[in-house]
Amino acid sequence: MQAELKTTPLIKVHRSLGAKLAPFGGWLMPIQYTGIIAEHNWTRYSCSLFDICHMGEFIIYGKSDKSNLEKIITVNLTKMPVNSCRYGFMLQDNGGIVDDVIIYKLREDKWMIVVNAANIDTDEAHLRNYLSKECKLENVSDRLGKLDLQGRFSRSILKEIAGNNIIKLKYYAFDYFMFLGEKSIISRTGYTGELGYELYLSSKNIESLWNLLLKNDKVRAAGLGARNTLRLEMCLPLYGQDIDRDTTPKEAGLEKFVDFNKDFIGKNALVKKKKEGKVGRQLAYFITDSRRAPRSGYKIYSQGKNVGIVTSGSFSPSLLYGIGMGYIELSYNQIGNRITLKESNIEIEAKIVNKPFYRNGSLKE
Amino acid sequence: METPDNLFYTKTHEWAKIEGNLARLGITDYAQASLGDVVFVECSAKGEMCKQSKHFATVESVKAASDIYAPLSGRIIKVNQELKDKPELINQSPYKKGWLVLIEIENEKEKDSLLNSSAYSEYIKEL
Repeated sequence: MQAELKTTPLIKVHRSLGAKLAPFGGWLMPIQYTGIIAEHNWTRYSCSLFDICHMGEFIIYGKSDKSNLEKIITVNLTKMPVNSCRYGFMLQDNGGIVDDVIIYKLREDKWMIVVNAANIDTDEAHLRNYLSKECKLENVSDRLGKLDLQGRFSRSILKEIAGNNIIKLKYYAFDYFMFLGEKSIISRTGYTGELGYELYLSSKNIESLWNLLLKNDKVRAAGLGARNTLRLEMCLPLYGQDIDRDTTPKEAGLEKFVDFNKDFIGKNALVKKKKEGKVGRQLAYFITDSRRAPRSGYKIYSQGKNVGIVTSGSFSPSLLYGIGMGYIELSYNQIGNRITLKESNIEIEAKIVNKPFYRNGSLKE
Repeated sequence: METPDNLFYTKTHEWAKIEGNLARLGITDYAQASLGDVVFVECSAKGEMCKQSKHFATVESVKAASDIYAPLSGRIIKVNQELKDKPELINQSPYKKGWLVLIEIENEKEKDSLLNSSAYSEYIKEL
């Protein structure tokens, strides 16, 4: 049985903009307004606004050690400065990924964790299961909205409405800004490879903020279609597609977001797998010889042998050829290796390359 | 959604324009709108036969690869070469510049199973 789809506070706005809506992670979300390629390119060359209200947010009160949060998140929380955020994982005991998250250090004893929309319930259960009893957790997903402003002009656009302090924000840092009489968090983070910001504001004020940002001629609305091609060009994984409970950070090539110098849930399993040499597959990145795109589920062949499976793929609007990622047997994951992607009557020639595909982003400008 | 009067349509959103004993085939405005930005087109080659309701072309958009089925059977005598470099013509002009192939009609009677413009436009209204 299909549960009813949830909608963000902006659903009417999307409809009035003529957005094409489709289900994503249990939500009815705008996939595109004018077209994926136009929105993709506008993000690369100007600035786009994304409705990301579907994502979940938890506020956690307690120091990282006493709350047990240090064991739940794979990056080192103690070392994080206040007003910074980090990408990391929550793992199962067996090392499988429960979710990939961004954790914000609001104070030494207060945190915000931003999680994938489809995982809000399971993440909350996971957190409640492992957090110490005296630690308080609030699920604020419904009352907190989130907009992503992404593109090379995002800083100058935000400066006009949030003030000069926006200029000081470093990559993966955040600060507080007043919007509509409300104190909101803005972090310099994103999912596109461009200079960009994520803005958190109460759901009731989200529409006003959306309209305010769109008043600038340089800003246009972009949907999840462009968000997907943008993140793919940067080789950023999508939970549920490229990573899930059956994959480990090592397999996904994301071990740098795991701190083995501390104790965390799943550590023993990961260390054991490493010792036994049990990491048999790895996420590989490949480009096609044509405009044809790899698609999730296509089989990967090398020298006539089925050696893996595609998890994500698309035509790359920036590079004008197909790009994709997928799990492949370790010994075949060599840069330059030729592979064939197959699905029924489709056969696409491709080559394994280094990540990311796209290297001209304004991310760190 | 445009559905020109002089064409025949399928429920899988292809069109055929009959030009004497030849027919030009393509995908409809509805099809291009639901596919989104078209980035790649592959048709059976000139000289090959296409069979009514059978796959004869693949159109890829950013979102997905879609099989295209022939509205009529016949031998392909021309393939729209312009689509190789400008697949977006399918979005911009699905009934004119975005045609896929020209075929020699094998059996004119097959067109009786196709929808006319008003039937097709009724059909897509209900989707």
